[in-house]
Amino acid sequence: MWDAGMPQKAVEIILMRQLASYLAMPIMLFDPTGNLLFYNEPAEAILGRRFDETGEIPFEELYTLIELTAEDGSPIPFEARALVVALQKRQAAHRTSWLLKPDGSRRKMEATAFPLEGQGGRHLGAVVIAWEADQP
Amino acid sequence: MRATLWGTRGSLATPGPETVRYGGNTSCVEVEGANGTVLILDAGTGIRRLGATVGPDVGRIDLLLTHLHMDHIQGLGFFRPLDEPGQEVHIWGPPSTTLDLRARLSRYLSPPLFPVRLLDLPCRLTLHDVPLGEFEIGGLKILAALVCHPGPTVGYRISEGGVSIAYIPDHEPALGATRFPDNPDWISGFDLAQGADLLIHDSQYNAVEYPRHVGWGHSAMAHTLAFAAKAQVKRLVTFHHDPAHDDAALDRIIDEARGSADLPFELIAGTEGARFDLGPRTASARPTK
Repeated sequence: MWDAGMPQKAVEIILMRQLASYLAMPIMLFDPTGNLLFYNEPAEAILGRRFDETGEIPFEELYTLIELTAEDGSPIPFEARALVVALQKRQAAHRTSWLLKPDGSRRKMEATAFPLEGQGGRHLGAVVIAWEADQP
Repeated sequence: MRATLWGTRGSLATPGPETVRYGGNTSCVEVEGANGTVLILDAGTGIRRLGATVGPDVGRIDLLLTHLHMDHIQGLGFFRPLDEPGQEVHIWGPPSTTLDLRARLSRYLSPPLFPVRLLDLPCRLTLHDVPLGEFEIGGLKILAALVCHPGPTVGYRISEGGVSIAYIPDHEPALGATRFPDNPDWISGFDLAQGADLLIHDSQYNAVEYPRHVGWGHSAMAHTLAFAAKAQVKRLVTFHHDPAHDDAALDRIIDEARGSADLPFELIAGTEGARFDLGPRTASARPTK
């Protein structure tokens, strides 16, 4: 939820949220430090939360909500995650992983992340597009 | 600090008897600081008349462009101080992702579109890619930020002695918003406008026209009113009037806006020649005409 101390979002971030809110695939929008600024309705099914109820989700809290593993159940190294590559290396990345969903089921997930680079060398964050691998 | 409107029209200069009250010149606003610092916001056709009032006693002129659409730069070639040998002029504006401001402006100020090249101007001209953030010119504190409008476009907030002017002439903050206005940190331009003593803001369309122009980068009057209320400005000046809106149409739009709600600010129809004094101001460093 907004409070007076929250910084103004860059217009590129605002426009990205607006685009995401119209698209039908799950999209999550992150700031440069990994805080989840926005997720659209399709992404709510992955997170098991509604954006209208949570607002922005801090990095630390997010990783209590999402448990990503390799196929054999071993944890995926932090630096190998698509989002982390996009944020730290400022490169697009694609990863396959398994997600423990809020209902306890494990689903194969594909995730593509890309950095958001604004004018003047401003690193604005990253976008993750995710979908369940067994869905069309 | 004093602000003077030299051009309030959007998109295209619209001279004629039917626009004589609100004016037909495109975007140009002069801001004069207490110590005589002169800032000019945009170089629409209104800048030609402004140029005629600038005497040799003004040591330096800073022209701040919001973006490079034609209605905001068309007057540049007719701004007299650019033709004055030795006159110090600084032009600030947003670069694109691949071209700096000089390269972008030269597309207009060069043949065949204009007979004089930028590099042939006799004044002492310096071009600046406008920094995104805070900077200072002649004692005036300036905040520049990108806002929602097609192509790289900034809005400005100018502050001095506790008073501030926000200038966002081309702005569509409601674009794509599922709720507008939502949380302030998600509203384009909010930081620029927040608590401003004077907000000069795009209000190009009425409620019937806006749905046909979504994404064109301009606001419906209702969005402008909501934006100004959310930002808790003290005065709102409507700006960037649509060329199709003659004086009678603008009268109706403003009357409807005033009657639509109990507005928490003073609503002022942007009128060419209007002048606003804000806060303490010492003697002008140059004569006015």
